[in-house]
Amino acid sequence: MTTWPILSVVTFLPLLGALVIYISRGDDDAAKRNARWIALWTTLVTFAVSLILVWRYDAAQPDFQFVEKANWLASGITYHMGVDGISLPFVILTTALMPFCIIASWKSVTVRVREYMMAFLLLETLMIGTFSALDLMLFYLFFEGGLIPMFLIIGVWGGPRRVYASFKFFLYTLLGSVLMLLAIMALYWNAGTTDIPTLMHTAVPRSLQTWAWLAFFASFAVKMPMWPVHTWLPDAHVEAPTAGSVVLAAILLKMGGYGFLRFSLPMFPLASHDFAPLVFSLSVIAIIYTSLVALMQEDIKKLIAYSSVAHMGFVTMGIFAGTTQGVAGGVFQMVSHGIVSGALFLCVGIVYDRLHTREIAAYGGLVNRMPLYALVFMVFTMANVGLPGTSGFVGEFMTLIGTFKVSIPTATFATLGVILSAAYALWLYRKVVFGALVKPSLASIKDLTFRESLLLFPLVALTILFGIYPKPVLDMSAASVQQLVNNYNTAVTAVKAAALIN
Amino acid sequence: MQPVLPELVLAFGAMVLLMVGAYRGRGTTRLVTTLAVCLLVLVGALELMLPAGKLVTFGGSFIVDDFARFLKILALIGSGVTLILATEFLSDPSRPIFEFAILVLLSTLGMMVLISAADLIMLYLGLELMSLALYVVAASNRDNAKSTEAGLKYFVLGALSSGMLLYGASLIYGFTGTVEFAGIAAAAKTGSLGIVFGLVFLLAGLCFKVSAVPFHMWTPDVYEGAPTPVTAFFASAPKVAALAVFTRVALTAFPGIVPQWQQIIVFVAIASMVLGSFAAIGQKNIKRLMGYSSIGHMGFALVGLASGTVEGAQGVLVYIAIYVAMTLGAFAVILTMKRNGQAVEQISDLTGLSRTNPLLAFFFMMLLFSLAGVPPLAGFFAKWYVFVAAINAHLFTLAVIGVLSSVVGAFYYLAIIKVMYFDEPLPALDPVRVELSTVLAVAGLFNIFFFVYPGPLVSVATVAAKSLF
Repeated sequence: MTTWPILSVVTFLPLLGALVIYISRGDDDAAKRNARWIALWTTLVTFAVSLILVWRYDAAQPDFQFVEKANWLASGITYHMGVDGISLPFVILTTALMPFCIIASWKSVTVRVREYMMAFLLLETLMIGTFSALDLMLFYLFFEGGLIPMFLIIGVWGGPRRVYASFKFFLYTLLGSVLMLLAIMALYWNAGTTDIPTLMHTAVPRSLQTWAWLAFFASFAVKMPMWPVHTWLPDAHVEAPTAGSVVLAAILLKMGGYGFLRFSLPMFPLASHDFAPLVFSLSVIAIIYTSLVALMQEDIKKLIAYSSVAHMGFVTMGIFAGTTQGVAGGVFQMVSHGIVSGALFLCVGIVYDRLHTREIAAYGGLVNRMPLYALVFMVFTMANVGLPGTSGFVGEFMTLIGTFKVSIPTATFATLGVILSAAYALWLYRKVVFGALVKPSLASIKDLTFRESLLLFPLVALTILFGIYPKPVLDMSAASVQQLVNNYNTAVTAVKAAALIN
Repeated sequence: MQPVLPELVLAFGAMVLLMVGAYRGRGTTRLVTTLAVCLLVLVGALELMLPAGKLVTFGGSFIVDDFARFLKILALIGSGVTLILATEFLSDPSRPIFEFAILVLLSTLGMMVLISAADLIMLYLGLELMSLALYVVAASNRDNAKSTEAGLKYFVLGALSSGMLLYGASLIYGFTGTVEFAGIAAAAKTGSLGIVFGLVFLLAGLCFKVSAVPFHMWTPDVYEGAPTPVTAFFASAPKVAALAVFTRVALTAFPGIVPQWQQIIVFVAIASMVLGSFAAIGQKNIKRLMGYSSIGHMGFALVGLASGTVEGAQGVLVYIAIYVAMTLGAFAVILTMKRNGQAVEQISDLTGLSRTNPLLAFFFMMLLFSLAGVPPLAGFFAKWYVFVAAINAHLFTLAVIGVLSSVVGAFYYLAIIKVMYFDEPLPALDPVRVELSTVLAVAGLFNIFFFVYPGPLVSVATVAAKSLF
């Protein structure tokens, strides 16, 4: 169908942009301006090219499309790229959000702008690559390679405790991933290849499934992050610059969920089934506990970070329910959370740029001076709560339905989490936006500028659009999700039948 | 005689250069060093021109196979680059030591003999020739107390380890009746107590040379005390040779008793990886840190050997090749650490390097990430091959401890990156000399772009590893 390697172009276009920025030397204001514009155009062009993927994508076909294959490391380890209905939404999410990240850093990043933009573009390449790699080794390269630019983004352009946060982020993630690396090696040894489509159709022995599942879980649970390995996230979020938080919340966290969908369920269905109760318990704890923790936060970013952990709990719960609604809801929830949490961090960034504090107590009564901001912030707060009519509702609702079929207690407790999320989100909104404007530091605060409106209104539109009409995302992933769930159920029922016969 | 032609040329060339240096007197350091580098290149070319396949001479005690070729080229590269890195050190008029290059050449000769050794006698000859030259170069900054202390310490401990190795060799000879590896392999089908006893002593001696725990104590002190170019030398070429002979002895002389030596190597590998990563955390001096880092890296390389398979040997070869590239690049950076003409070696001296010299900082960062084994850099592939071999051989405990200690190890590499990138800059370092930046650029680019086309190195390593079996 395609004559040019469109997926590789999407993946490596940002890297090309980074090279162009590198070549355009200089440290004066002109060079900074150039770097910003080059980065913006690169991300915009990448987004435009990625739309070709959507346009040419055949949603009725569950298998991988836009497949590219080339020799690389060994006969079983190749450069193999492709997307299906599960990965394509994330690729688009990445390419769509990157221009926002660049615009969000337009004014707030003033030192080492060239390096900053290069790090972001490199990160974009690695993120797109993670979602479109069809070889485990290639996947691992992209997945882990992303640590390097993110480490620098937090460490160089972050807040006061950036060193602590960046180290914690790096080491936590690395610790989970090296165990996954060993599992990848074991799979390579078992099947003689790291080709993902081949591995999906290779039966893995039961004992290896268990160990490999645990190893993959170690990596993705940290990345996701799931309770109790979520503690790096609040630190990383708080210290990262605004755009770093956006990328972290909107895209990097999704790699964990994507990993569960791409590897854990299809490759280790039996282990996934065995461990589903564990995942349910951890998810429910994450939903309730981190929501309670969020209630106690004094820092806006930290509160949103904890709410991210809670929302990811819905995702893991839905995925491991193994039902069509659960998995499709998980995918949708991740896309929706990508938009909403990204937007929330942008909102925080906007007031942070004005006041240079993220203390909730430092704000109050913003609605009087910033009506537009109050409106936008409200839409995202409501989406975060999961109010019907916003995209947040659809994902949570579907994961809950999907889980209800499998485990009623899990779904019941998780529903409690929805109430708690309303509690902390509304509390935050009241503290920051409502009330009388008495603090002198806020007396002259300005409403959204044109640049900031440009940043937020498309996201408002998407949040409401997907809330009312979620079909585009659900249709895109439907066929692949259905195939995934069918294969999963076939594998699980086969084992159950065999157990009955014996 | 053909198989030893490169070694003969090297020996003869070293003698000639010694004469040149001795008779021309002062001021020949530069000439001798340049000629020495040319000589190493010539020897490398001769080595590559040898006919393919397995060549044997000296009644079977000297063997040239693909394994030997691969490692000899690597050792020659290590030595040659060291001499290039030492240019500045040698150009100091207060230090007229043309012998430095000669000693490096002789040591390299020892390494080549060691790599090709096919019996215990040749092994010992090569090892001593290599080591004796190393003892002297360690003390080559002869007016400096630290340098002479390093040389002396290395000598005393090295002599001790040679003694152990000899003792082990004599036991093995006593119980098998032969010194040839092939003969030992035939005689040591079952691990009798005497053979295992000898094996333990032999491996202890070799562990000292690769600076594996528990025979690593000399490494940090010698790395710190010796002049930096010498440290770079210690960290590269001799490690190649020692690891080569370690692999060859284990796989060709004792293939029948793999379980017996496997447990030793598993222990040594685990101990080295763990100690290397934990002990490096507290270091302030970058050379000392590199010492602990090299202990850890030798542990990782031994993981491949512990599996005792072709894949394992291939892993060792890929590991050592990439390790040499990373180490030489890192030492090129350490050699650039000069402020107002004075060498500085504290990690804190690198503070804010990303502002004062962005390119240098970038390459060093990439090398450090590579040393930490972060993909997609070359160091990751090095670890990939050894751990794949370990998983294939069902050494799961070893593999898990190995990767976990690599995470601990990542911490101290990150700490250096933090100093360079996150902290506010100190006054700039002196301008970088051209030969250092060349070495750094080559090593850095190799590390960054290895993943694009890893095929050649890996396939050559596969061929080399197969020649052992």
